[in-house]
Amino acid sequence: MEEIIISGFGGQGTLFAGQVLAYAAMDADFHVTWIPSYGPEMRGGKARCTVIISDQEIGSPLVRRPSAAIVMNIPSFETFEPMVKPGGVLVVNQSLVPHRSQREDIRALYVPATELATDMGNMRVANMVCLGALVQALGILPLEALEQALDRHLAERHRKWLSLNKEALRKGAEFA
Amino acid sequence: MAKELWEGNAAIAEAAIRAGLEAFFGYPITPQTEILEHLSHRLPELGRVFLQAESEIASINMVYGAACAGARVMTSSSSPGISLMQEGFSYIACSEVPAVIINVMRGGPGLGNVAPSQGDYFQAVKMAGHGDFHPIVLAPGNIQEAIDLTVLAFDLADKYRTLAMIAADGSLGQMMEPAEMPPLRPVRPPEERAAWALTGAKGRKPNIITSLYLVEEELEKVNLRLQAKLREIAANEVRWKEYSTEDADLLMVAFGTVGRVCQTVVREARAKGLKAGLLRPITLWPFPSARIAELAGRVRGILVVEMNAGQMLEDVRLAVEGRRPVHFYGRMGGIIPLPDEILPQLEELDAATRS
Repeated sequence: MEEIIISGFGGQGTLFAGQVLAYAAMDADFHVTWIPSYGPEMRGGKARCTVIISDQEIGSPLVRRPSAAIVMNIPSFETFEPMVKPGGVLVVNQSLVPHRSQREDIRALYVPATELATDMGNMRVANMVCLGALVQALGILPLEALEQALDRHLAERHRKWLSLNKEALRKGAEFA
Repeated sequence: MAKELWEGNAAIAEAAIRAGLEAFFGYPITPQTEILEHLSHRLPELGRVFLQAESEIASINMVYGAACAGARVMTSSSSPGISLMQEGFSYIACSEVPAVIINVMRGGPGLGNVAPSQGDYFQAVKMAGHGDFHPIVLAPGNIQEAIDLTVLAFDLADKYRTLAMIAADGSLGQMMEPAEMPPLRPVRPPEERAAWALTGAKGRKPNIITSLYLVEEELEKVNLRLQAKLREIAANEVRWKEYSTEDADLLMVAFGTVGRVCQTVVREARAKGLKAGLLRPITLWPFPSARIAELAGRVRGILVVEMNAGQMLEDVRLAVEGRRPVHFYGRMGGIIPLPDEILPQLEELDAATRS
C-alpha cells in the first residue's frame, strides 16, 4: 500500500497529478482513493491531494503520515518533510524549494521540476516531472501506466499537451 | 459497464439520472455544487428539467410541485441550505409524495465552513421538519455506495411515497474512487404516472394532494397512516455493513466517511491483538438498533465515532439499553478523525472493560 500526498500552490497541478496517478492505479486494478484538501479558493491558495493505492479495500482516505510525498513549494516542504514515514520517498521541487532534508530515514529526490518544465516549453508540466520521479522511485506502477492514463483521461482541451506531459514524466523518472 | 474514476458529487448526480430523474430544482452551495454543475448540462442534453431556483425555499417547493405531478424529482444542498428546506420536507411528508433530497453535510452550526461534517444527524433522522415523520436516511461510505444508494433512494421514495435523503459529507462529495454506474433507465412515460398523481384529471375524478387537515380526527387519521407506513419501513428497510464482528470483543459504530476510517482502525487494532469489529449503519433512519442490541450482548464495550458532538451516539445507547459501556469519540468543525487518534480510544475502552 502507498499513501501519497501531493502538495503545492493552487495552479501547480497537484490535484491533476494525483488524478493521473489514481487513473493509472485504477487501470492496473488497484483499489485507489483520491481526495483533495478543498477550500473556497480557486487559485493561489494551498492545493493538495492524498492518493491511496492498495491491493485491499481502502478504509481511511486520509493519512497523517504518508509513505511518499511530492512537495512543490516551501510551505508544503515544511509541512510534509517531517511527516513522511521512515523508509518513504520525498520528491522536492528544487526550483522553488531551496531546502535539503536532514532526515536519513527517508529517500529524498531533488528535482528542478519548474526549470525543467520551463525548458521543455511549459512550466505547468512541473507536476508531471515530479510525478515521474515519484512513481519511478516507488516502483508501484510502470511509467507506461501513467502515460496510458494520460492517453485515456487527459481532457480534450488539453490534448495538445499530451506528448509534453509524457516527456515531462520521463524526464522526472531520470532523477529516481 | 467498466469502472471509472468518479468524484462523489458527480457520481450522485449521474446516478440520479440513471435512476430516471426527470427534474432537478436546486441552489448552489459548497461542498455539493458539482451536483448542480453535472446536472445543469446532462439533464437538458437528455430533454429533462434542470432549474436553478432563486433560493433553497423555492427549490424545495418546486420539488414538492413536481412530485405531486408524479415526476421523479430531487434537490441537493448542504447543511444551511437543508435547514431552509425543512418546511417543505414536512409538507412533502404529510402529502405523501416521493422526493429525493441530497445533503452533503458541512461544518456547522450556522454558516460554519465548507469542510466535511456529520453535524446534521439529528436534523435528518429526528427532526427533518415540524410534525411526526422521518425521511428514509441513507449514509454512503464510499463512491460506489453513493451511486447505489442514490438509485435506491428513488425506488424507496416511490415505493413508500415518502422522502428519502442521502446524508453524505463534504469529503465524500469531493473525493474520487473507481465505481461503476448502473445502466440508464428510461424516464417513466406520462401514462405510467401513479394513480394518485395530479395529471390533469381528464376522464377521471380529481385527485387531491394536501397537507392541510383542519378537522382533528382527520389529521389524526393521516398521522396514524403515516406512522403505520414508518413502521413498515422500519420493518423492511434497515441496512448496515459489518466488518470483523464475528469474534469481536470491542465494537465500533460509525457511519459514512468516519465509518470507512474505522475500517482502517479495525485492521490496525487487530494487528495489535485487539479483537475489534465495526458496524457501519447504511440507513440512519430506520436505525439498525436490533442488530446493535444483538452484538452488544457479545462484546465487552462499544465505541461510537462521529464527526459531531455525539448524535448517533444517542441511538446506539438506546439500542444498548445500558447493558454495556458505550464510549464516544468525535471531532467537530469539519475535521475528520484519523485512525491514529481513534485507536487509543479503542485501547482505552479495552482497558476499561477488562475485568
